[in-house]
Amino acid sequence: MHFHRYEKIWLGFGIFSLVLFLSIVGVSAFGFNHHPTGGLDTIDPEKVEETPPFDQPGVKRLDENTYEVAIIAEAFGYSPNNIEVPVGKEIIFRVTSKDVTHSFSIINTNVNMMVVPGQISEKSYTFKKTGDFLILCNEYCGTGHHYMQAEIKVVE
Amino acid sequence: MKAMICKQDRKLAIYHILIAYLAFLIGTFLGLLQVFIRNDGLELPKWLDYYQVLTAHGVLLALVFTTYFIFAFFITGMSKTLGDFGPKARLVLWLGFLVTTIGTVIATFMIIIGEASVLYTFYAPLQANGWYYVGLALFIVGTWLSGFALVGHYVSWKKSNRKQLSPLFAFMTISTIILWKIACLGVVATVLFQFIPWAFGWVDTINVELSRSLFWYFGHPLVYFWLLPAYMAWYLVIPKLVGVEVFSDSLARLAFILFILFSIPVGFHHQLVDPGISSFWKFLQTSLTFMVIIPSLMTAFSLFGTFERSGRRKGGRGLFGWFFKLPWKDVRFTSIFIAMFFFIPGGAGGIINASFQLNELIHNTLWVVGHFHITVGTPVTMTFMGITFWLIPYLTGRKLTKTIQKLAFIQIITWSIGMVLMSTAQHILGLLGAPRRTAYSAYNNHPTAMEWFNGLISNHITMAIGGTILFFSAMLLIFIVIYSLFLLPKADSLGDRVEFPIAMSDNKDTPKFLENWWLWIGISFALIAIAYTIPLMDLIQHAPPGSKGFKMW
Repeated sequence: MHFHRYEKIWLGFGIFSLVLFLSIVGVSAFGFNHHPTGGLDTIDPEKVEETPPFDQPGVKRLDENTYEVAIIAEAFGYSPNNIEVPVGKEIIFRVTSKDVTHSFSIINTNVNMMVVPGQISEKSYTFKKTGDFLILCNEYCGTGHHYMQAEIKVVE
Repeated sequence: MKAMICKQDRKLAIYHILIAYLAFLIGTFLGLLQVFIRNDGLELPKWLDYYQVLTAHGVLLALVFTTYFIFAFFITGMSKTLGDFGPKARLVLWLGFLVTTIGTVIATFMIIIGEASVLYTFYAPLQANGWYYVGLALFIVGTWLSGFALVGHYVSWKKSNRKQLSPLFAFMTISTIILWKIACLGVVATVLFQFIPWAFGWVDTINVELSRSLFWYFGHPLVYFWLLPAYMAWYLVIPKLVGVEVFSDSLARLAFILFILFSIPVGFHHQLVDPGISSFWKFLQTSLTFMVIIPSLMTAFSLFGTFERSGRRKGGRGLFGWFFKLPWKDVRFTSIFIAMFFFIPGGAGGIINASFQLNELIHNTLWVVGHFHITVGTPVTMTFMGITFWLIPYLTGRKLTKTIQKLAFIQIITWSIGMVLMSTAQHILGLLGAPRRTAYSAYNNHPTAMEWFNGLISNHITMAIGGTILFFSAMLLIFIVIYSLFLLPKADSLGDRVEFPIAMSDNKDTPKFLENWWLWIGISFALIAIAYTIPLMDLIQHAPPGSKGFKMW
């Protein structure tokens, strides 16, 4: 197969950039533990309210620097829908759905995850500033999808 | 290669075009409704829901318009480059057309009567009427039949031309069909074994995350099923229009092979923020995703090589002199050039979306909608428009008049302007956090949501103006289509006739192994097995209790 000399340079440069790019993403992910949202725990979608931590949803202090926030998503809202967390502390969000697939997205943060029934989505986030943040659902879930929202207050 | 294909084959192609543009007409009108609902400028009547409109817009444009147009293009090109279809292949093509159309009608009917407002991604456990899924399944089966007919035609050509490489058009068609068939396995599996039994009540629950994964196994190569026919025009039609041969036959074939290999085992990059899939597998598929950058770079190089070669041959001097020697006044060329140009930000946006952690920033925001419209909505669609301008007169044996060419220019320019306005607004709004797939909402006048729409470009007005211009452009295209079908003057002499522009491709030095399909299919399945076996097994073995169906509209 004949490659034009310029094409060899072009593809060489392209492949080199690609390798470099993937290495940066990979090192950031596996070296610095910077993964996209996940969560491998499962749950019975019909028994959400009987299963910890969703039997007592809301903010729970785990230790001095870590808090857990358990949230149930259902059409068309979140419970609880008004929460307060401290700034500068690690917040572990655990979210699941009682019905269809939703999302849990805190605007102006990197918290943006799918909430799939049967699965528990998990994301750890540390708020850098105080204020009121809007939480909304960005996965279509039915007629009232665009009304599905909640608020999180970040305080000192 | 004959100048004109036989009458029966032309009829087949024309019927496909008719359905494609009927879907385009309805689909773009629904798009117009959406931009006005979203800025609170329009309230739908009680019997019509925003999400019903949105579902129909997606299904009719992204699935129906594209698929029918692609088959019209394939049928015409295969008949032209390999000779008339035999009676058997033609029969199967009609059968495929019929089954696909029955599927389309059933699915559309279910959307219209409000039984399937689940969007074209139909994520479980939203549950549509079982017949919606049957319609989708028939749609796929129909395209498979048509695909088999094209493959059969190719095989019989191969039999009478032993040891010869097939013409490039046929090679690329077969690559696309192979990609499509392997890709459909995922959606067929989930629709047949998960959705249909569940929607008709034969089973109570569905494994949601598994269905999402099987859908996206299909959902990403679906994008390449739209894109590769456009690439065919870029590789084969463009060189002819600028008066040169194909840049490199072997590299063109290699690029298509790489697309088969690297467009399928990558669906997890649509599920980067999904639970239930471990980070390792997400990262592996992210890496495979980026491999398609290689054939994309090859394509970009070939195209610019083609342009420069042509421009220099016509006397263009200096570093960029060739650029001004390109046939800008030829709407067949300019339309596709603009389409390619849109693919530069489109492709770059795609890299951002698939960039693992970065996905959290834009996932399911309006950014994705903007991305969609400057990938399938313009590079692919405008290439199809550019093909339409000559394909219909070619098939109907009519002359392409100056007036229609002028209208065609207005059409593509308005489409470009409308798309720049709308998609730029969508990209910016998405970065700010505005969600996709939502009717009008200010989130109880939440200050964050109010801020989104106060920008110079990021506001509802820009999107509505863009959408309106796009609709005007779409209607102009419908006019051009109808005019080309029925009203253009008949070409009397051979010289008057519109040609099917297809460049010569020198395959003297092309290695034979590139056409060893079983080799590539084998590697493709091996890659799929590596990327999918363990995570899918995990989703099945560690499945939570399944979900019942919900009708939330």
